Amino acid sequence: MEKLKASMKHVNIPRLIIILFFLLILLLAYINGIDVNSYIGSILKYWGMWGILVLAMVPSIKCGIGPNFGISLGIVCGLLGSLLAVEFGITAWGDAIMPGFGPWAAIFFAMALSAVFAWVVGVLYGKILNCVKGSEMTVTTYIGYSFIYLMCIVWFRAPFQSGEIKWPIGADGVRNAVSMDTSFGEVLNDFMGFYIGGEKGIYVPTGLVLFFLLCCLVVYIYFRSKSGLAITAAGSNPNFARANGINVDKMRIKGIAISTVLGAIGIVVYTQGFGILQAYTAPLTMGFQCVAAVLIGGATTGKAKISHVILGTFIFQGLLILTPPVSNKMLAGTDISDTMRQIIQNGVILYALTKAKGGSSNEE
Amino acid sequence: MKNNAETKISFGSYVKNALFNNKVIILFIVLCVACIMTANTSMSYIASEVFSRFGRNACLVLALIIPCLAGLGMNFGIVVGAIAAQIAIFFVVHWGFTGIGGFLLCTLLSTPMALLFGWLLGILYNKTKGSEMVTGLILGFFADGVYRLFTLYIIGGVIPYDDPNLLDRGFGLRNAFDLSDSIKYSLDDISFVTVFRILMIFIIVLQLVSLVMGVKKTAEARRESLIKLVSSAVGLVLSFVLMAVPGVASMIGGTRIILSDTLRIAMIVYVISVLVKKFVFRKDVKGEDMIKAVVIAALVIGLSYVPAIRNILRSISISACTYAVICLFCFFNNWILDTKLGQDMRTVGQNRIVAGSAGINVDRIRIIATCISTVLAAWGQMIYLQNLGTFNTVQQQSNVGLYAVAAILVGGASVQKANNKQAIIGVVLFHTLFVVAPLAATQIIGDSAISEYIRMFICYGVIAVSLAMHAWKKKDVAVKGAQAPISNVEAGEL
Amino acid sequence: MSAEYVVKMQNISKEFSGNRVLKDVSLAVKPGEIHALMGENGAGKSTLMNILFGMPAIWNTGGYEGSIEIDGQEVKIDSPQKAMECGIGMVHQEFMLIPGFTATENIKLGREDTVPTVASRLLGRSLEELDRKKMASDARKAMDTIGLGIDENTKVGGLPVGYMQFIEIAREIDKTGMKLLIFDEPTAVLTESEAERLLRTMKVIASQGIAIIFITHRIDEVIEVADSMTILRDGTFIDRIETKDTTAARIAELMIGRKVEKLVDETEDHRELNKDDVILKLRDYRVDMPGETVRGVDLDVIRGEILGIGGLAGQGKIGIPNGILGLYDSSGTIVFDGESIDTKKLGDALKKQIVFVSEDRRGVGLLLEESIEQNIVFTATQVENKFLKNYGFIKQYDHAAAKKHAEDMIRDLDIRCVGPEQPVGSLSGGNQQKVCLARALTLNSKLLIVSEPTRGIDIGAKKLVLELLVKLNRERGLTIIVVSSELNELRSLSDRIAIVSDGRVSGILRPDDSDADFGLAMSGVKVGGADDGKA
Repeated sequence: MEKLKASMKHVNIPRLIIILFFLLILLLAYINGIDVNSYIGSILKYWGMWGILVLAMVPSIKCGIGPNFGISLGIVCGLLGSLLAVEFGITAWGDAIMPGFGPWAAIFFAMALSAVFAWVVGVLYGKILNCVKGSEMTVTTYIGYSFIYLMCIVWFRAPFQSGEIKWPIGADGVRNAVSMDTSFGEVLNDFMGFYIGGEKGIYVPTGLVLFFLLCCLVVYIYFRSKSGLAITAAGSNPNFARANGINVDKMRIKGIAISTVLGAIGIVVYTQGFGILQAYTAPLTMGFQCVAAVLIGGATTGKAKISHVILGTFIFQGLLILTPPVSNKMLAGTDISDTMRQIIQNGVILYALTKAKGGSSNEE
Repeated sequence: MKNNAETKISFGSYVKNALFNNKVIILFIVLCVACIMTANTSMSYIASEVFSRFGRNACLVLALIIPCLAGLGMNFGIVVGAIAAQIAIFFVVHWGFTGIGGFLLCTLLSTPMALLFGWLLGILYNKTKGSEMVTGLILGFFADGVYRLFTLYIIGGVIPYDDPNLLDRGFGLRNAFDLSDSIKYSLDDISFVTVFRILMIFIIVLQLVSLVMGVKKTAEARRESLIKLVSSAVGLVLSFVLMAVPGVASMIGGTRIILSDTLRIAMIVYVISVLVKKFVFRKDVKGEDMIKAVVIAALVIGLSYVPAIRNILRSISISACTYAVICLFCFFNNWILDTKLGQDMRTVGQNRIVAGSAGINVDRIRIIATCISTVLAAWGQMIYLQNLGTFNTVQQQSNVGLYAVAAILVGGASVQKANNKQAIIGVVLFHTLFVVAPLAATQIIGDSAISEYIRMFICYGVIAVSLAMHAWKKKDVAVKGAQAPISNVEAGEL
Repeated sequence: MSAEYVVKMQNISKEFSGNRVLKDVSLAVKPGEIHALMGENGAGKSTLMNILFGMPAIWNTGGYEGSIEIDGQEVKIDSPQKAMECGIGMVHQEFMLIPGFTATENIKLGREDTVPTVASRLLGRSLEELDRKKMASDARKAMDTIGLGIDENTKVGGLPVGYMQFIEIAREIDKTGMKLLIFDEPTAVLTESEAERLLRTMKVIASQGIAIIFITHRIDEVIEVADSMTILRDGTFIDRIETKDTTAARIAELMIGRKVEKLVDETEDHRELNKDDVILKLRDYRVDMPGETVRGVDLDVIRGEILGIGGLAGQGKIGIPNGILGLYDSSGTIVFDGESIDTKKLGDALKKQIVFVSEDRRGVGLLLEESIEQNIVFTATQVENKFLKNYGFIKQYDHAAAKKHAEDMIRDLDIRCVGPEQPVGSLSGGNQQKVCLARALTLNSKLLIVSEPTRGIDIGAKKLVLELLVKLNRERGLTIIVVSSELNELRSLSDRIAIVSDGRVSGILRPDDSDADFGLAMSGVKVGGADDGKA
């Protein structure tokens, strides 16, 4: 009985509600005769697309900075890398070497380039965050925001030459939606993709899911290496780490830089899955969505595991994808999903904040 | 000689200090001036735009001061106050109330709602001490979602409701709300003379009540309040007499009052108030202060007759009542801070542990501060909307917190310290920039779309930089603070 | 003033979860008397004062036994507010001041004078306006009483520490009906001249009929200022003496007292210590550790010995190892085994095989949420690349080897747990300490520094831990420095004991030196060394 009480104390109530809600939506979908199979395909797709972005939360939480609301920095680097891949026509180069290799060349070029940008940005960002210890979440949020708008100004007049990128009227600057069809759009999705149950069945984007899981594995392996262990120790008890000769500030920079790089790779993967690159203000709320997903998976602002990422992304994306058809059926043609996303996403973050380390450092 | 040199040095460092302390303001002044110079528009257009925006926005910004001093940082959560105001407006529009009556009803309805929201917000802030700001921000988004759920799906959807004025598609409120037939300009249209009379009556009642209740203990205090009472009564009578004079009636009896008139009246009142303070209430007023008052008044009145300035001043007319309310907000902030409650708030804001040990209920004070802020924000949003006359049902409140916080920070406030002056300066600078930045951008790039990005970048940039600077300083203090004695490290006794 | 004593506490006993920390203690103070309350750390001074001040920590743990009389009237003080109503004030060690406020505002904190307004009549008293004039004049008066000449409108922030303390005192004086003022180690943070002034002020206050309880460990101050004193030891009342009837040496002896319990069983000792074979040499060594500042220590540690470092709280003994390990800024020379240690380089000492077990077990010593296994092997993975397996280009954590090692340690040190996966946060204090030691033993070390090895652990575990240290020393020939505030413990296992007072070594004594010598050394009086010690 005592044990039950104690374990009740640790139950994350919003998380429980959301999981129950997800199951309820699933049930409602079946009852209302919605073809769930077709949606399972898109849940898998969005799971893979968002997965790496959510995974980016793990290093930043582990190194003690907390959920990286400023993941938009990484996202912007990823967008820049992708645009440059289009600009330089990497696809054509790749196809010239070997037909069919083009999109692969483009996506890996984009990833590598954006990872380099993201590492540099991440290190600088980490240095700033080391100056504002204790207020990381607040500061990351606003730095992320202002960086996106700064980049909006840049996008608006960036001297790209590619016709794919430029405004249709021919002016300089990046257009609102850059199609990825001619570069690396859906290259991962279609890799070894197959249908379960015929053409009308569930489409499994094998390449995408494999790549997501591969990234998870890499992060998992890294955090079992010497340097990964040091990052975790620095995050969970900075004083302990210092007493063991670990430079905590360096570890934090490493953690946030890895997070930023994952964010950059994540958006490249997202973009290939989406087929369209959205610059400008599209990344604005992505950070919150990633934070919410990892929290739903069971992470806290001080602790996160890979399994939280995998589970949280699946539930959150599943919820967002299944709600529109269900609410459409039940509420006569309205889409309530965006409102619901807003409530769930921010509600989960709020709950985590009340349980956060910051909350316990009540008396500073 | 030596003395002289010293004063010179100290003057130099004084200037340097003043520049350094006001670096944010100076930066924005420079930015504003640069934009104005490139914008290539008439000053009177800019000035009138800024004045109307100032009237709309000032109250929302003033709502931030009290929680800031109570240690809650920048209260992004004023969004919930704005939501309370908007919900009140739905009801008032639905019931068909119009004019100032409708506005007052709005106030009446929104206040308890804002108190409730503020109370909940305060509880939430108490659970997230140390990260109130990010909590406020996220709570804003959360409240946004709940409000959207309420307005778009619950009203008319779950709750049966039928009002063709409000509903668009059978359920859910319509996207845009036009207030021109209800409370638009309801506050703005009150004339100067009415505001003056209300003020006089208020003073008379206040003094009467305080005399009757025996609040004033000393004979001196009683004499003072008697003088106030009599002079207010005289003022009241005078206002009726003056209205009989044709020129004056048109000057102060209309819905708006011309800026140059306002300035002159304000200067005369300023001088009179200083003199009254000195000679009637026998307060300790220095001679130089009196001279300063006279000189400033003479200068301002004189300048207002210079043709270039005069044209601008004459082209702008402001709403007496809205500006009076802004003054009232300022006055309220100052007054609260001079009470026991205010002192408790400042104590809590400076150090919660010390406050607790001095017998102050820290959590309660923080909740009260949040409630006050939320109510002020609700009223501020009503003033905003009655001036604007139309609003976007779902999104109008979203950026309230963001703009208000950015404005006060531009005015030189920090996360821990803010006052009325900073709020006022901040609103002026921030909105000047808001007006001229797009114009300047259009001039330079020939495209105004970018200006929206510039605006938002400025908002978030200002906030990010000032938060980062605050956190930086706090860390410094924490390191220094740690030098202070830590005694219990070894006290294994308790 | 009918009663002879302002305050009379009789037969006070107090238990914290079965642990009796006060046994039949009595204390009585006359009006206008300066009464010193003395004792070592853990003697029960703070608990006694917390009872008198009605602190919630007392009432949340079941209250106390015995009676308290104020002016001859028996009272029940169940909250600090009640204590203040009874005329008891306390000058805290940590200043309860707000730097951004003026002296007046600080003095009147929470007790501001107000005048009613219409709003306050309608909406409650908290809306009354402040009466700044009255506040200022009251503050002035209080400050004048204690001879504090600064302007009452000065902001407290920039003032020197001494002035801040005076403002705290002024605040207490300003409270109406103040009868008894408690000073909790007031001179600990002051400079010498400030301390002198404070003592003079105490006399001034006492001359106005206010009784003072003065908690301190500085015997010289007591002799100078106190009229009488009560001495506590281990929660028991030892004596109440008049200052004029005693001497410093006598007070020191009463405070320390010889404890009979034997903490470590005799073991065979085959060591040969060569006092010229110095393994660690500290010269003019200073550490900037808040609350434990080290102000110039010269110390030699002989290879193979167990050196005890003792002293009262806040005197700097804790700062010594923390500085060597680079956790706090330090200066001076540290020569270890012929090499100098660069404390600016984090982890330098660790690399040169100095292993430290921190006094702050939960804060510095452990990763509370991680498993026992992680805690034991972590340092070894970082410093010595142990428990890592090579997979070509990447080194991976070797869970199997780590688990085996952890299990060995659990068996060897008798760590009571479910298994190596158990998070250390859920272990008892003694077992946590064993995990810390296990981590230290996992490393190859030349010097082991253990800080407060037995703090917060029960008596059985205490003995085990101490015996383990002796065993390590005897069998492995490991040089060990034990830093502890429990003198008895140091005397049971060390070869020599350095006593630190005021950031300096005030004496190096043999374990069997007299209590008076230890007492005097602890209160800062230089005593003859044991440098020629047992070699």
